[in-house]
Amino acid sequence: MCGVKHVFYYKSKKIVVNTLIHLFLISVAITCLYPLLWMISSSLKTQDMIFKDISLIPNQFRLENYVLAWKEGGFGRNFFNSIIYTVSVVFGIVIISSMAAYAFSRLRFVGSKFLFIIFMAAMMIPIPGSFVALYVLLNKLHLRNTPIGYILCMINVGLSTSIFLLKTFFDKMPKELEDAARIDGCSKIGIWWHVALPLAKPVLAVVVVFNALAVWNEYILALIIFDNRKFMPLQVALQSFQGEFVTNYPLLMAGLTITALPIILVYLLMQKYIIKGVTQGAIVG
Amino acid sequence: MLFKNVLLGVFFCFSVLGCSGQKCDLKPAITIWHWMTDRDATFQELAEKYETLTGVKVSFELYAPSDAYSQKIRAAAQGINLPDVFGILGEKRDFASFIKAGHILELTSYMEANNNNWKNNFFPKALAVNEFAPGNSYGINPGIFGVPIDIMTIQMVYNKKLFSQLGLNPNRPPKTIKEFLEIGAKIQAAGMQGLVSGWGEVWMIDCIANNYAFNIMGKDKVLATIKGQVPYTDPDWITVLSIFKQMKESGIFAQGLVTMINKSAEQLFANEKAVFAFNGSWCVNVYKGMNPGLEYGAMLPPQASEKYPMAIWGGAGSSFMVNARSKNKEEAVKFLVWLTGQDQQAYLAQATNNLPANKNSLSKIPDILAQFSRGMDYATHPNIWGVSEFSPVIEALDRGIQSIIIGEKTPEAVAIEVQKIKEREMAKKKAR
Amino acid sequence: MKIKDTLENYTFVLPAVTIFSIFYVIPFIWVFQLGLFEWDGISFTKVFVGLQNFKEIFFQDRNWWQSMWNASYITLIALTFQNIMAFMLAWACDREIRMKNFYRVIFFIPPVLSEVVVGMAWRFIINDIDGANVINRMLTQIGLSNFTHNWLSDPNTALSTVAVIHCWKGFGWGFLIFLAGLQTIPRELYEAARVDGASAWQSFKKITIPLMIPVMVLVAILTVLGTMQVFVLIVSLVGGEFAGHTSVPVLRILASMRGSSRFGYACAQGITFGMVLIIISFIQYRFSKKGQ
Repeated sequence: MCGVKHVFYYKSKKIVVNTLIHLFLISVAITCLYPLLWMISSSLKTQDMIFKDISLIPNQFRLENYVLAWKEGGFGRNFFNSIIYTVSVVFGIVIISSMAAYAFSRLRFVGSKFLFIIFMAAMMIPIPGSFVALYVLLNKLHLRNTPIGYILCMINVGLSTSIFLLKTFFDKMPKELEDAARIDGCSKIGIWWHVALPLAKPVLAVVVVFNALAVWNEYILALIIFDNRKFMPLQVALQSFQGEFVTNYPLLMAGLTITALPIILVYLLMQKYIIKGVTQGAIVG
Repeated sequence: MLFKNVLLGVFFCFSVLGCSGQKCDLKPAITIWHWMTDRDATFQELAEKYETLTGVKVSFELYAPSDAYSQKIRAAAQGINLPDVFGILGEKRDFASFIKAGHILELTSYMEANNNNWKNNFFPKALAVNEFAPGNSYGINPGIFGVPIDIMTIQMVYNKKLFSQLGLNPNRPPKTIKEFLEIGAKIQAAGMQGLVSGWGEVWMIDCIANNYAFNIMGKDKVLATIKGQVPYTDPDWITVLSIFKQMKESGIFAQGLVTMINKSAEQLFANEKAVFAFNGSWCVNVYKGMNPGLEYGAMLPPQASEKYPMAIWGGAGSSFMVNARSKNKEEAVKFLVWLTGQDQQAYLAQATNNLPANKNSLSKIPDILAQFSRGMDYATHPNIWGVSEFSPVIEALDRGIQSIIIGEKTPEAVAIEVQKIKEREMAKKKAR
Repeated sequence: MKIKDTLENYTFVLPAVTIFSIFYVIPFIWVFQLGLFEWDGISFTKVFVGLQNFKEIFFQDRNWWQSMWNASYITLIALTFQNIMAFMLAWACDREIRMKNFYRVIFFIPPVLSEVVVGMAWRFIINDIDGANVINRMLTQIGLSNFTHNWLSDPNTALSTVAVIHCWKGFGWGFLIFLAGLQTIPRELYEAARVDGASAWQSFKKITIPLMIPVMVLVAILTVLGTMQVFVLIVSLVGGEFAGHTSVPVLRILASMRGSSRFGYACAQGITFGMVLIIISFIQYRFSKKGQ
């Protein structure tokens, strides 16, 4: 009798707590969803209806806005460029920054602390004239107006923050596995690749999402260093819907929706690693 | 490593494809960089037409938004990579710096050839923006350095339907500030919204403040203030600042005007949510897209004094400059002569709802644009004054007006602050 | 053997250091030099003025320090409000709770959206004239109609409103990093605590919090960096500096660069700004080390 009451008490307490948690989560979720839905619904309206008809469900679905945005924005090639830039920059950053962060966290060498501090300081000083500076620099290196020049610049942009993120997590990770691998005769590179990186999957996923978003949304540097439309990323094409005076809102919103999709996809892929990281780490062990 | 090789390969393919696409003929090709998203399609059409006419290939390359374009031009100027033709965004001071650095070809001789044949096509005020007058304070030899492509004026517009609802004559906009303020009371009583404009992006505040300064004290006194001969604490300037206080108190301002973005202001006016708007002639194109049936008229800002005529900002909307270091500069000039010809200008104006820079092309434009173009008689612009105010002073004035509107400061207090900064800047300049 | 070992250690940092020296250090030196010059960003000649620019920043430029103060205010709100919210949400989603996958995806939408959309959508949400006007309506509903007003054009609330919207836009990052951090805490620890009879609150206090401190420091530093440099959102919400009430350092730097064509001064401002950020971050870092 008493036990039943007790169980009942715990159950109802749990239900109340869970309901409260859900209420909180749902109210935050609504504010997050609203602008997304607003953007999508605007992308299906006409220019004159967009501010007249404020309901989220348009009375007429103009799907042709997407076709128009795709064509007029010249999205085809730019889309492809953006994917190439994003993939190569993120790949570069993940490899380079995880190596450096691993070294700062685990390996002993003269000047390691100093170097780490320099990287951190760099993260904090914004360079206001950096576009002009980079332009002049790339010009001298004959890398201006080349995709490689752009990719290297963008790798540099994400480097410091990624090192900082990764080092924090490497510091947190247990060292026992690495010690075991060392005793088994694994090289340092081997330990980094086979032991440290798999363990760091959750934070690597964060690094991927963080940098993918940054590269995907970048347009100013691209616009400044490329003199050729065939190298331009997607965001540059998108800017043309947003004129100094006339803004074509439906096409802009359609374009923004198209550009948001791949990033959401990357996030969906990556968040699995953020969640699964632990179990996989356990399997390695 | 494999990945990088693949990447290189992909880009190699790109470049091969890109090259084979173009025919490499002997005729020179002209490259033009611009930032005008709304005119890009029309520019491309005109370029094709020109190629069939002359065989010279012209490629217009769009780099938007204008902020990024402006940075690109400056970076390219540092690397001496500017295209054959480009536009400069910024103040006259920046224009002068480009000229001094040898980036811009002087066009006076082309303009004045054959009895001023080219020069006479333009509205003189449009040309003046690209001109350096004798004795200008920038140290540039007098001459013309740019070609205006279109003109603009910044005026007020009013909604005719809402005017009728307020019991006002839709064909008789207010002429004096007194009438204007009275309408403010009516708007409040009717629960409507009055004036909307992009006053969050402060430059439009600067514009209307200048308009009233010209109206109240005349051009000479405004220029004397800029030269430092008249202080901002002068009673006339306080009158100018007080106008904003009066307008605020009359209820003529829409809610949130002080932090409004021009794009939202345009939405509100286009959707008949506001009675007045303060906007440039580009708005015709914007309103047409958002609400083709909107009935509205253009008007000068209602005058505050009868001593001097009302002034508005106007002149060249956008201009092109020829790169002095370009090997195609002769061809580039020829193209610009063609582009500013009567027919091309009329076509450009029609297709993009802008005002043509060629005064002979005005005949076929819609009525509302014609109303805007009539404002050219009252037009002036800081770029034709021959002197510039210090940026911190302009900033202090604009911020001060925002403070007056939100009731944070009195006109007198703002005048004193602005004058303080003016004196500081003048002292700094002397020290140099 | 020892030398080989050391060299091997250096190869780990070599790629990072190479890219960094070329693409960061060289432009940085250039910018630092420019801070000592008066230059309009266009001319081929520059005038050397020594520390004049820095002197002006420190002793004359009141607008600059006001903008620093505003940015600090937004940062303080972000550090507390945004991060506590991010942590709570991450903690909730780390538990075995229904629809957690749904929440995990939804909470990351704001960081993905462009600032343009965020600005337009939020202006629409709180706008009086033609918007949904949600907040004022809610206030009226619960009988607080005295508090309704124009949130963005009132000098008393403009900065706070901007700060709250910024927090909303940015909490997804904190959420994500906290979630990754929480996932690395071995579940066995919680199991063991439960077997020992610890309540949920106790295990939260004794296990979660101490293990999460390094991640909290990380998020705090990233928040400071992200928030101090906010400006696009401000422009898309209130158009600019609103008589100084919403001015922030990056807007001041841009004003010097574009508005006044004082490139050298802008560089000096950028460096001053960076120095302040470095000092703040290192203080944070030190404190956390002591806390541990």
